[in-house]
Formats: sequence, structure tokens, C-alpha cells
Amino acid sequence: MRHRLPSLSRYAGIYGALIRYSLIHEMQFKVNFLLWIVVEALWFGLQLAFMTVLYGHTDQIAGWSRWEVVLLVGCNQFIQQLFHMLFVTNLSNLSELIRKGTLDLLLLQPVNTRFLISVKKFEIGNIANALMGLAVVFYALAQLGRAPSPAQWVGFIVVCLAGLSVHYSLMFLLACVSFWTVRAQGIVWGYYNLFNIARLPAEAFPKGAYRAVFTWVLPMLLVSNVPAKLLAQRLASPWEWAALLLMAAACFIASEWVWRFSLRHYTSASA
Amino acid sequence: MPTPAPSAARFLSRYAHVLSMGIQNTLVYRTNFLFRAAFGLVPLAATLFLWQAIYADKPAGSPIGAYTLAQMVSYYLLVTVVDAITAVAEDDWQIAADIKDGAVSQFLLKPLDYLTYRLCLYLSGRVIYTSVALIPVAFFLFFQREFLVAPAGPLTWVLMPLSLLMAALLQFLIAYTVALLSFWVMDVSTFIFIQFAFEFLASGHLFPLDILPESLHRLLLWTPYPYLLYFPVGVYLGRIQGPDLWQGFCLQAAWVVAAFLIARFTWSRGLRKYTAVGG
Repeated sequence: MRHRLPSLSRYAGIYGALIRYSLIHEMQFKVNFLLWIVVEALWFGLQLAFMTVLYGHTDQIAGWSRWEVVLLVGCNQFIQQLFHMLFVTNLSNLSELIRKGTLDLLLLQPVNTRFLISVKKFEIGNIANALMGLAVVFYALAQLGRAPSPAQWVGFIVVCLAGLSVHYSLMFLLACVSFWTVRAQGIVWGYYNLFNIARLPAEAFPKGAYRAVFTWVLPMLLVSNVPAKLLAQRLASPWEWAALLLMAAACFIASEWVWRFSLRHYTSASA
Repeated sequence: MPTPAPSAARFLSRYAHVLSMGIQNTLVYRTNFLFRAAFGLVPLAATLFLWQAIYADKPAGSPIGAYTLAQMVSYYLLVTVVDAITAVAEDDWQIAADIKDGAVSQFLLKPLDYLTYRLCLYLSGRVIYTSVALIPVAFFLFFQREFLVAPAGPLTWVLMPLSLLMAALLQFLIAYTVALLSFWVMDVSTFIFIQFAFEFLASGHLFPLDILPESLHRLLLWTPYPYLLYFPVGVYLGRIQGPDLWQGFCLQAAWVVAAFLIARFTWSRGLRKYTAVGG
């Protein structure tokens, strides 16, 4: 779908316009906008409450102390909310685009179609929730008495981006199923269940099929664990972050392959 | 939607018709339900692994709260089963859509009561969901069969279905009432998720409520939420006994009646606000 050489500044301009449009749209429903921030904050609170209850009965889970797990939950929230801000609404919408035939319109635009589908709507409200996650990260670091070096912060940003890319690629891959079945919402909804395990310490899972699948096939146990371990300075070896970067690249390539394959099989629903 | 000839004695057969129609309509969602039930097992397995890791760090056999590892696992397995039987799937979204699209207008003209109609659809949806979810859930239970315990005693065979039935009614009425907020607000989904967050914690979905500090646990028992999951599961496992058992049943019944009255009240208030859109 490359009609022209993608120039970075052109795409930045388009993205700027899309963000502006999303903002104008969002501000029409101010109360609803604030309520969604409350909803996300409540569910974040719920995760923290769960961990608090668990640590009321134990001092450590698989070698993770209370504040290390809080750090992990905070990192996970940060990445997940960035993912929501940029992609989740758009990817959930793919099945509707296909069902109604709106995808045809997007295919005709002189812009990379995958780009348009992925970033059309920008959810500004999730920034507030991402910052709450980051605040919890800072608080947990203070409790642990850790002060990461500037180099570690740069590394943190890199692995967070890799985690974000894993979520994006996998959900995109799942959304592509809607090229074949009309009702794919159930499948996209299923991704929320996968999310849930990303905030748990990977070491809590016994070495076996479950842990292997969620590390090397659907790397949920890497996306938030690696950033948290990096900040807590408990990465066992550089292989851990290398594994995340590797899996991020693999997932992206797989999703691009499936996308091209799906498009070749696309028959429009509209007249 | 053809209804059979409305004579007063046909009341039951009319709703039986709704029931069978609901079953046919929800059959469309069976693949969706299957995915939902199967994906739902991923976080369940994760939670069980997490508890195993916690117990592994303790001296062998020492309980958490009043739970050994086996009891903790069977608690979560039963929560999964009760949840499959009673959880609302699409009902609240459909009710909200009925109000937004003006589809409730026809119920003001027809001899059908909207609450009873939705209840029938909920029950038929549960029949389909439970039978579909049975496949992945049974598969999972088979692997965990050592933790699956029989009902606590002969009386449980009577009490468990009773508390399950009331849990289902309460679950439906809460979802129904929250969805009715569509009479007042544009997008009811925020309210559905806020309600669900409280339910997730206070119903005992995340963890058994009696591992909380005693005072907090006692306080929660006065809210409707424990009667959705924690109470029926506790009855089955025989963890709730004596005066607590009877007090629990009284509170569960009281909440069902209260939820019913609130639902009726909300509906009549909502109709006053209602302006039908479309013909």
C-alpha cells in the first residue's frame, strides 16, 4: 500500500491533524471524558488493592517484594495506558470498518492504510492515567530507595516502547481475524484477558508450557516485567531486555505479514 | 415480533415464547461465548499460579486466612463456575441500546412487561452461555480435579441452588438498573464499568473476602456484592455455617427485593424522562 515514499514530516503533519480532530471531538463530551479517566483510575486502584491484600499475607512472591510488585503494576499501567491512548480504540474498530465497508475509503487514501487504521483516533484522556501509572512507579522507587541513572531511564523508555510495540502488533494481529469472521469483537475482547497477566511477576509462573507460551509466543510476561526489573535493578542478565526487543521485532514482522495476507483476501462489503 | 393471542391465561406461555426466542437469538453468539470463556481461563490460571507461588514461600501446610492451598484453588474454581452461570454477558448493552434506539416504545404498547421480558432473555442467554462455556471450563476443571470438592453436606444440595438463583436475580437486577441510566445519560458504559469495578472486588471475584481484615470483611457483607459470588461459593464449600448462613440468606433475599424495587422505581422515573426517537 505504498503509493509514495513515506516522508516523515508529511506523516507527522497528518498525525497532528488527526490528534487535533480527536481533541475537538472529545471536548464535546466533557463529562464523559472525565468519567473514562475515573473508570481507568478505579481499575488501576483495584490492581493495587489486590496486591496490597496479597502482601498482607506474605512478604514476598517469587522473590518480589511488595514495592517491587507495586513498581511492576505501575509500569504495566503506564505501558497499557499509552497503548490505549494510541491504538486500542482504533484496533477495536477494524472489524466495524470491514463490516460496513468503510475500509474501502481508507484504502483509496494516498496514505499508508495500516497507519491510518492504527492511529486515526487519539485518546487524550489516557494521558492522565498513564501519568498516574508513572507516579506510582516513582513512589515505588522511592520506597525501594532506588535512584536509576540517566542511562537506565533511557533504557526504560526503550523497553517501554518495545512493550508498547508488542501489545500493538499482537492486538493488530487479532483484529485481522475480522477479515474472515464478521463478529470478531469477542476475539478483540479476549485480548483484555491477556493484558491481565502482564502485571504479574514472571517468576511466579513455574517453568512449563504456560510460561513458555507467554514469553516466547505471546510475550505478555516480558512487556511489563522487563521495564520494572530494569528500574528495580534486578535484571538477571542483559538477555532479558534483549529478549523483549527481539520479541517486539518478531511480533511486528508477524503482524505486517498477516496484514498483507489479509488484504489480499479482502473482498469489500460495500457496493 | 409476533406474540401469541393475548388472553389473560396465556401469561406464562407468552414469556415462554420470549425465552425460546432468546435462546435462538443468543445461539448466534456461541462462537463469541466460546472465545470469551476460553480466554477467561488465561487470567484464572495466572491467579492460581500466583497463589501457588505465595504458598510455596510459606512453611508447608500453613494456611492463608482460613485457606489451605487446595481450599484456595477450589474457591477460585467455584467462582469460575458460578460466574459462568450467572454473569451478564450482553444484556446491559442491549438494554441501553433499546432505550437509545427507542425500541422500548413497543413495550409501552404491548402487553409485555419490559423487566420480565429482559429477565427471560437473560435466563436464555445464561442457558446458552453456560452450555458453551462448559467445554473449556470442564476441560480446565478436569486438570484441577484434585481440588474440586463435593458439596459440604446433604443440605447444601438445597441451599446452593437457592443461593445461586438469588445471585442470578440480583446480578440481573443490578445490571438492569445500571443500564436504565441510559434514560438520563448519553453513554452508560462508564457507569457499567464503574459498577463492575466495585463488583469485581466486593463480590469476591479477585480473592475470597474472608482473607481481608475481619472488620472490613464484616462491613462488605452488608453490601449486595458478596451475594453474587462469595456467598453462593461459601455455601457450597460449607465455609459459611450456623448463624452466618441464615443471616446471609436473609440479607441475600433482602437485597434481591430491594434491587427489584429500585429497578421498578428507576424504570418508572426513566419513562418520565423518555422521549421516543423514531417511529
